[in-house]
Amino acid sequence: MRTPILKQGDFLIASLQPALSDEDLEWLRDTLAQQVGRFRSRGVIVDVTLLEVLDSFAIRTLRAIAQTCELRGAETVIVGIQPEVAFSMVRLGLTLPDIATALDVEEGLALLQRRLRRRRQRGG
Amino acid sequence: MSANPSPPSHEPSRANQAALLSELVAHLRERRDELREEWVRRITESNLLTNMSPEEIRAETTSIYDNYVEVLETGSVEALQSYARNLSERIIPRGVETPEVVNIVLLLRDVLARSLLRKYRDDVAKFEEVLDAYEPAANRIANTVATSFVEERERTIRQQQEAIRELSTPVLQVRERLLILPIIGVIDTQRARQLTEQLLRSIRDNRARVVVIDITGVPSVDSKVANHLAQTVEASRLMGATVVVTGLSAEVAQTLVMVGVDLGKINAVGDLQSGIEEAERLLGYRVVRVRDPRSSRKALEDSWEDT
Repeated sequence: MRTPILKQGDFLIASLQPALSDEDLEWLRDTLAQQVGRFRSRGVIVDVTLLEVLDSFAIRTLRAIAQTCELRGAETVIVGIQPEVAFSMVRLGLTLPDIATALDVEEGLALLQRRLRRRRQRGG
Repeated sequence: MSANPSPPSHEPSRANQAALLSELVAHLRERRDELREEWVRRITESNLLTNMSPEEIRAETTSIYDNYVEVLETGSVEALQSYARNLSERIIPRGVETPEVVNIVLLLRDVLARSLLRKYRDDVAKFEEVLDAYEPAANRIANTVATSFVEERERTIRQQQEAIRELSTPVLQVRERLLILPIIGVIDTQRARQLTEQLLRSIRDNRARVVVIDITGVPSVDSKVANHLAQTVEASRLMGATVVVTGLSAEVAQTLVMVGVDLGKINAVGDLQSGIEEAERLLGYRVVRVRDPRSSRKALEDSWEDT
């Protein structure tokens, strides 16, 4: 199932659906990378609220998405990691240390807006 | 029959045994009051159930007696099982102990056996047959009651342990988006795990952005607990919350350094007050005193006088 990608001002929001296949994740990674350039987005939110499990492939792909989008000039936040998922990620040692996280989409948007404001103040 | 100690010929007598049992049950029903009184007398003599009043003993023994006879009659222990659980639930808080319960049931078994002896004393062969029917049933009853009692006790203990665990991990919201998790007492792996789970759930439910974990009340920390702490910090970050750890004592801090926990991720502040102040700073709060507390009290009193 293709993940819907919503454009919201300067940002893109991708809400991951449950039962996502590996191909779907790769599709999302490639598509987000393209759309960041097309819409000149400054931030990306990847919402995983609906996911009850994240396997190591999914976690690695999320990280790849974040790093790719950052290289294309868009800050990336992963939002909505559920308690059980967070706990198992930590136990697996897959903690995404260099990637921003937030509680939900609202918090993620606030975070991106704060960072964007700071960057613009510095003339970025 | 006494001349033949090897298994006697009661194998084909299933129907006979059933007949004996119903004879026995009829006998026990007929002598109900007398036997029950004798049983109570023996209980009192043995100094059992001292925590219960005579009326209570009377009521309980009557229903145990009836249940007992019913099991002898039907052979089904299920009703007795649920009755015994129910009874245990009532008497455990009264301080009744396992040996006491076992003794009481065994007393009833003996009282009934003696009454059977009196009834069949002239016919030893018949008496043995009656005992063959009676003993397995009576033992099964004793077994059932004792097991139910112990199970009920264990259930109570489990429930209390659960309650203690729940109580020992309060997660408190002190400001919008700010949680405090005061940890008191020894942390083992299970408790650490439970603490983490509860904290993560609270982060989601309270939409917390900053969490202060206060470990002033934790006497010692080993490498396992330290790693758990680090994991909790990481998991909270994955959910978008920043963790501030406070109350690390000198000993605990030294242990953490000695065991070489990755301290880079742990945001530690001296005491709980500084922790809350740090959290407020992270959340963008600034607490300022509006006016001198004395004058504000006076203003309050003035406003009372006005009304």
